[in-house]
Amino acid sequence: MSVINLQQSCKPADYKSAVKPIWCPGCGDYHVLMSFTRAFAQLGLPPEQIAVISGIGCSSRIPAYTNCYGFHGVHGRSLAVGAGLKVTRPDLTVIVASGDGDGYSIGGNHFLHACRRNIDMTYVVMDNRVYGMTKGQPSPTTEPDFDTALSPGGTGVSPFHPLVIALASGANFIARCFSGEPNETADILAEAIKHPGFSFVEILSPCVTFRPDEKEWKNLIHPAPVATTNDPARAARRIMTDDGFNIGILYRGDRRPYSPEFGTQGVDLAELEREFEQ
Amino acid sequence: MKKQGPRIDTLTDLFAAAYRIEADAVTRYEMLAEQMETHNNQELVKVFRDLARAEGLHAEEIRRQAGDIDVVAHAQRIGGWQRGDSPEEADLGTAHYMMTPWHALQMALAGEKRALAFFEDIVKTAKDDKIKTMAAEFVEEEAEHVNLVHRLLRKYPAPASTWARDNDPPASQ
Repeated sequence: MSVINLQQSCKPADYKSAVKPIWCPGCGDYHVLMSFTRAFAQLGLPPEQIAVISGIGCSSRIPAYTNCYGFHGVHGRSLAVGAGLKVTRPDLTVIVASGDGDGYSIGGNHFLHACRRNIDMTYVVMDNRVYGMTKGQPSPTTEPDFDTALSPGGTGVSPFHPLVIALASGANFIARCFSGEPNETADILAEAIKHPGFSFVEILSPCVTFRPDEKEWKNLIHPAPVATTNDPARAARRIMTDDGFNIGILYRGDRRPYSPEFGTQGVDLAELEREFEQ
Repeated sequence: MKKQGPRIDTLTDLFAAAYRIEADAVTRYEMLAEQMETHNNQELVKVFRDLARAEGLHAEEIRRQAGDIDVVAHAQRIGGWQRGDSPEEADLGTAHYMMTPWHALQMALAGEKRALAFFEDIVKTAKDDKIKTMAAEFVEEEAEHVNLVHRLLRKYPAPASTWARDNDPPASQ
């Protein structure tokens, strides 16, 4: 688990940078930013102990809006950067932020293996079911009948199911949140950060510009009807049969997180360096 | 989902909650003003800044009414709303880059009505007479704010149904 200093007394505003967000008015990502800062304050984490890593897309702008260490990286590669950072600096709390395009399409393969490796970090995907930054193309989570000039007649392709894939790939904590519930999202993010291993939090975050229909989400969400389980089979059944709007912590596993010692025990680093030089 | 506010067990809790409602509204209106600034909707920048200023004055008034009670510190301690936003925090999800002052005032009206309902609920459920009396006072104040927004809305009638039509829309849809 990350080192969490509960002695600190921080306010959400302490984690906000002076950079003003340029998301569209009404975008769910404003709420996600609020939830980030509220979760950090709740945990009393000093900003310099947190690293927010992202890829490319609207949601990936988030590191600039926080006062923590940040890295606005390469499209789809945020998890690779985050994993590298966490294994070399295990003392940092690493939060990786992404969107459904960046995280599930370009970064889809990293997603599978990050879940499998179970490195102690938190992966937050702001899912709006569209590529917003590039003006409204369908993403891996877009419904098959999303009929626009850019996808006439819809894609006809079944959407990707991130929570099921995360569970099957070995994520140790799985939750779904809604951006319009910033306090509950902050509580869940705090739980995800505290939980050892790879925590995956999907936040339904409406894109009001290219998916105005998503404004309706606030009327569709509801709390998960049963308590969190640590049984993957039970979690799989629940996630597979829910309507996609169940909000809450859906799975808490107890797999041992990967730590750098696994691969480096008994290895003499000086000897490795000599081998490289030869 | 139902919004649950902080527990009101004492008069100090009540003042702190009342202060927090106004302070949260200030932060939210300032955020909306910044969003409108980014999108160069200057008319809305002014409206949201004016709303933030008005809520700031209400917060100061509550601080004055509370006398020796340190409402600012207690507002931090009592925590916020467990779900969603506090009553007067305008719904960020309803913002739009082409919105008009009428829409901003509708947001404000909804917030004032939620605050009114919050204090009315305390009047109904509080067992302590002092809390009941003070909550009734806050009900009166919130009712005044509702009336004020209604008056402002007479200056800004509802826009035509085409208000969101953009001749250069964000997508070729």
